[in-house]
Amino acid sequence: MTESATLRIWRGVDKGGGRWETYEVPFERGQSVLDGLRWIRANRDPTLAIRFSCINANACKECMLELDGTTVYACTARLQPREMTLAPLSNKKLLRDLVTEIAPPTERFTGA
Amino acid sequence: MNPEPMHAETDVLVIGSGAAGMYAAIEAARSGCQVLLADRSLIGRGGATVMAQMTVAAALGSESPDHWSHHYDDTLAAGRGLCNEPLAQLLCEEGPDCIRAMDDWGVGWARKDARIAQAMAPGHDRPRCVYVDFLNTGPAVSKTLRTVVNRSGGIRKAGDLCIVDLLRDKTDVVGAAALHLGSGAPVIVSAKATILATGGLTRLYRRNSASANMGGDGYALALRAGASLVDMEFVQFFPIGHLAPRLIGMDPIMWDPFRYKLGGRLLNNRMEEFTQRYGVAEDGKYVITRDIGSYAILKEVEAGRGSPHGGVYLSFQHCPEQALREAFGPVIDRLAANGIDLTRTPIEVAPIAHYHMGGIVADAQMQTDLPGLFAAGEAVGGANGANRLSGNAITEALVFGRRAGRSAADYVRRVWKSPDHADNTHTAIALIAAKGPTRDFNTAAKLQTLQTTMQDNVGALRSQAKIIAAIESISLLARELGDTPPGDGDRFDMRRIEWFDLRNMLLVARVVAEAALARTETRGAQQREDYPQLSADWAFNQTAKLAGGRIELSGGARMFATVTS
Repeated sequence: MTESATLRIWRGVDKGGGRWETYEVPFERGQSVLDGLRWIRANRDPTLAIRFSCINANACKECMLELDGTTVYACTARLQPREMTLAPLSNKKLLRDLVTEIAPPTERFTGA
Repeated sequence: MNPEPMHAETDVLVIGSGAAGMYAAIEAARSGCQVLLADRSLIGRGGATVMAQMTVAAALGSESPDHWSHHYDDTLAAGRGLCNEPLAQLLCEEGPDCIRAMDDWGVGWARKDARIAQAMAPGHDRPRCVYVDFLNTGPAVSKTLRTVVNRSGGIRKAGDLCIVDLLRDKTDVVGAAALHLGSGAPVIVSAKATILATGGLTRLYRRNSASANMGGDGYALALRAGASLVDMEFVQFFPIGHLAPRLIGMDPIMWDPFRYKLGGRLLNNRMEEFTQRYGVAEDGKYVITRDIGSYAILKEVEAGRGSPHGGVYLSFQHCPEQALREAFGPVIDRLAANGIDLTRTPIEVAPIAHYHMGGIVADAQMQTDLPGLFAAGEAVGGANGANRLSGNAITEALVFGRRAGRSAADYVRRVWKSPDHADNTHTAIALIAAKGPTRDFNTAAKLQTLQTTMQDNVGALRSQAKIIAAIESISLLARELGDTPPGDGDRFDMRRIEWFDLRNMLLVARVVAEAALARTETRGAQQREDYPQLSADWAFNQTAKLAGGRIELSGGARMFATVTS
């Protein structure tokens, strides 16, 4: 039997009105949490919003989220064959699902 | 709901905030222009620059006497006869000045005693490549430029701004229409000059060393606005991208610096060195150029002598542990955390899409063939011909970025006149605000389909049959994509963002495939199994334009036209 990881993920665009969704992800030793999230988008639900740029190098620092209540980079946190709870950063403005507004205020577009 | 369009005005709009975009912004601001520096990710953290681990080529003459003309000769030789000579000259001649400017800004180039250290790299006739230890060249360059951007007056930064189309009046580029990811709102940026610093297209390939925002969007923006592209068939594959075991938190091209410093041995599954079969015996030194290296590895795999995951082995087992630690310090611990002990086991490597030699046609002032539109960095085509010399990418980003910033500022001061009303604003905004029907179209899955098609069929080893299969697959994907983005249009709508990415990627993939199909020879990064020889008849560059929905290729005395779907 192939092992799997169970990812319990917070979904929504409004911190007050979200929901939890659970996905089974095939587990392969050595994979990252980001690998699991990208697998979900391609194979289960492309509407799941995540933020990443460099994918693997831990260079862009975009993929921060909360794993079981602790802030991690999804690209360096290992996927594990157990239930893992993923939520957006609680101290940042929520954009959607696991994506928060992480840019410093001076680096955001404001128009005019 | 999509809110009403937001507006911004600026003298110079810079699209992309890697090294080229940041340097362009710094120079334009220094020349007195108001600058809007836009990126679809975070400012100065995406793109290719931050991923570069080593090295930067420039004829500093710090390690041994050097002159830019020697660097130029090596660049032209690597380019297999197709380099745009004025661009190559600019890169080599101004490289040292930009390296010193970066040094003054505190980038921290590695030093031996007091002088800047320069490493020997394949294709160079002498030690010419500067770097920042340990494996930190790209992050250090990005951080340094971010700091200079932050202290330059006149630069506004706009992250999470995804440019959808350039805006044109009758003759000129007059800004851009964008999707603001943070709100889902359309944005109109009116700009007197626009600089495309969007990098390359390596995201078109399944195995790549790029950031997720390197899908060739600048090429698509340029094409749709009416500008020309050149050399689009020449995608550089980095021969020794990391393949196995799974390695996280490290960039897949990390083995390059290991080879620079320690040599290393490339081995097949019989644990024999094999590059001599393909004309280059290494003898423990790193001398093989990228095009020949990729070819040798893929041929070895094809002959059944590959490693379990479909590559070859790279071994440092002959290096004493102390030498490894001396050369790479903390990196050795990061490898250990991934279960890798180089003194005991070889790792597996395979070619990985790394850089695009082709790009937007620009002159040595970085002016494209459209007034008001400039290009910089990897987005520019031609300087590196059919194969890029190692170390030239960051140099080109710095030199071309600086030049583009100056030229755009000069254009704003001397040439710019108040434009007619932009012709295509309405169309662009309508597309960004459009609500497509909810369809069963998995953008993430389709993107992977495209990447697999390109990797397998328009990758490092090509043939007519493979390329035609790719073109058919690309056409099918384009039909499935349709004309309207899916999703609710609210903030950070991933499927919608990916739809706009695919719109660009499919157009650019089509151009790469058509140009690769037309070039019936093997030269540099274009390796055709059905035309294995270099042909004197093909000693010219192909350019591509979009005309009435058709991709038109031309080059030498030839003119081709193909129909896009």
